[in-house]
Amino acid sequence: MADQAARIEKILHQFPQIKRNALIPLLQAVQDEFGFISEEAVAKIGAHLSLPTSKVYGLATFYNQFSFSPRGFYHVVLCNGTSCHMGGAGDLLNEITKLLEIGDGETTRDGLFSLEVQSCIGACGQSPVMSVNGTYFSGISVKEVREIIKQYREDAER
Amino acid sequence: MRKDKALLLKLARSDRSGLNPDELKRSDELRKTEISRPLVMVNSSTSGIVAGSLLTWKAVESYAADRSIELDLTETGSIGLSSEDPVVSVQIPGRTRIFFSRITEGRVPSLLDDLFHQVVPDGNVIGQLLREGQEPWENVPALADLPFFALQNRIVMESCGIIDPFSLEEYMAGGGYGAFIRTIRSYTFSEVCELVTASGLRGRSGGGFSTGEKWKAAFRTPSDQKYLICNAEESDPGAFMDRTLMEGNPFQLLEGISIAAYAIGSNRAYIYIRSEYKDAIRRINNAIKELREIGLLGDNILDSGYNLQISLRKGPGAFVCGEETALIASLEGKRGMPSSKPPYPTTSGYLGRPTVVNNVETLSNLPGIIRKGPEWFRSIGTEESPGTKIFSISGRVALSGLVEVPMGTSFDTIINKIIGGAGRGRELKALHLGGPSGCMVPLDLMDLPVSYEALKEKGLIMGSGGVLVMDDRTCVVNTVRFFMYYLNKQSCGKCIPCREGTRRMAEILASITRKPADEEGSTTLERFKGVMQLESLAEVMKDTSLCGLGQNAPNPVVSTLKYFRHEYEEHIFERRCPSNTCTELRTWYIDVDLCTGCTVCAKKCPADAIIGTARHPYFIVQEKCIGCGICYDVCKFSAVYYK
Repeated sequence: MADQAARIEKILHQFPQIKRNALIPLLQAVQDEFGFISEEAVAKIGAHLSLPTSKVYGLATFYNQFSFSPRGFYHVVLCNGTSCHMGGAGDLLNEITKLLEIGDGETTRDGLFSLEVQSCIGACGQSPVMSVNGTYFSGISVKEVREIIKQYREDAER
Repeated sequence: MRKDKALLLKLARSDRSGLNPDELKRSDELRKTEISRPLVMVNSSTSGIVAGSLLTWKAVESYAADRSIELDLTETGSIGLSSEDPVVSVQIPGRTRIFFSRITEGRVPSLLDDLFHQVVPDGNVIGQLLREGQEPWENVPALADLPFFALQNRIVMESCGIIDPFSLEEYMAGGGYGAFIRTIRSYTFSEVCELVTASGLRGRSGGGFSTGEKWKAAFRTPSDQKYLICNAEESDPGAFMDRTLMEGNPFQLLEGISIAAYAIGSNRAYIYIRSEYKDAIRRINNAIKELREIGLLGDNILDSGYNLQISLRKGPGAFVCGEETALIASLEGKRGMPSSKPPYPTTSGYLGRPTVVNNVETLSNLPGIIRKGPEWFRSIGTEESPGTKIFSISGRVALSGLVEVPMGTSFDTIINKIIGGAGRGRELKALHLGGPSGCMVPLDLMDLPVSYEALKEKGLIMGSGGVLVMDDRTCVVNTVRFFMYYLNKQSCGKCIPCREGTRRMAEILASITRKPADEEGSTTLERFKGVMQLESLAEVMKDTSLCGLGQNAPNPVVSTLKYFRHEYEEHIFERRCPSNTCTELRTWYIDVDLCTGCTVCAKKCPADAIIGTARHPYFIVQEKCIGCGICYDVCKFSAVYYK
């Protein structure tokens, strides 16, 4: 924990100007570093910018980029843009939710998988698109999703 | 290698006749018209990466290393054919460059083997890029002759997929930055404003407001500090033209930003970009760095006394931040909520100072306008909407990607001639124009020329230019329902018509696409009332919402009620989805020949709608069925099917 506090301090030091417009870049830096924004980080950022914690939290929850629970070992990103939706992303989402028993923005209890639904990855020509830790899978079917998740689970057990 | 600044500036601004032979040779090298080693260019834009171009890249590297072949391997952006990715182009000295589609890692060795033996491989060939002084390949079509390219007029996307987006030298050798150099050396602030007004350029993000007039408003407002913001938020699902422009030719955008900032008398510009656009961010950051090194950004640019700083700000992701006042609030470190206009940002914007917000495509048009003049720009497109527009086309199509056509081109040309229709023998049903808050266009309007005025006349909007193509397998009502859920989720919540209106619309649409079995008497009445009120609700939202998100949110509902009323009626009165897309309206059956009577479906059915005797075929009581499809999921014998 002490380690985390030090890392947050280090990020705060990179933003010496204590203006409100440093708030979003600060939150982004914390999110990049830890993969999520902890309670401690929200409090520290608030103190640094002389803003109430509620304001910081209120802003952070407004935007899609910030998450408040740690990411899983495998971070699954599913695109549910219009093109992917037409290509069956809704069915894929149902399947993933069923397989992992988590919803958008959640992490499995064992910390193995987390799920994020994005509104458009920008590869509409290859829909539907899913990525796991940055590896992309395009034009996939429900069956293939099952295989992919299974494969990652097996890899983790090894 | 240090850049030869003097040479580059000369290459950028003079026509080629003023160059001595040495300079000409260097220019040809930089433009890759004369190369000494084979050149392989891999499309590493987002869509390329998703299709596997990083692996292709590694395969090329190891191919060269294994055989000790010296070759140049560089990245490019997308040429617009995103469904054909990973696109790879190869040029060997003396010959023209050939573009290949779907070069996954396994295909690399045979492709390069063939080409290095001066043989064009079978299949996967898109076409060749014909250039002067290069020997063309036989039996390979020229890129410009392909239907996909021949009917387009690429002025903004001209270099996308052709040049290396990391090389300022290549951009400048092709005449890049000449427009900006001319701007700061020969024109005053207001002259640039006049020039752009004369060109008739209109904002490409949907509104279609005159860019020159917007600049003038900001220029005339007295202030110690003015700001230019490039809106690279592009949060419309299905729109990827701005992203592709930034990935394919970031210098063109930065040149446009520099010209715009100069025109309004600002020395501070921001690029507000979606944080998810990692590859675009990488290219823009590199471009800013290169421009600073050579002195085209910073203080006293080329001794003109003009200073300019451009910084990149990552937007944390909210659909509403595409709206300019919301974007400015987000830049200021607040929630991205829009504020009422006036005051317009041009009088009081970022930090209360005059601010111009232009989008990526608008700004990317500027270098061309300055270089070739406003008359040239006016000669393209229609009288009131000059220039071109880029459409990103996705959905059920033969080819998906980016198409740049002069304004006034018909949908028929874009979809049927350039893209090749729905593909796979399917029939087109409709187009959806302009993202979630856009309009559905029926097929009888396919001949409509696409321009701001012509669309407005029909009650349609252009939006950012995302076109979603639907074929006979797509359900209109279900798509609108998806849009409405999305808009409701993305509504910032500041004003009630938008926040509550989108929610109510989503509820009504959901109830249309659901079976009534689990509804009580009063719920049925409520549902019916909701459907009746859909149109008046749309009217109220349009009139009273604060910003474009709420005002445009009812568009898909209004346009589909107008053009696809029969589909709504089928859903409401017949409880049937004509294209079988709405899962909750599916009618489920059990195949008596396949059913073994294992009882699993009967046990799992939440509505107790499946009855029968164990070890004999079961059947579904349609009146009780709620259409959830659990029986289909659990059946191990594939005996459950739907119609």
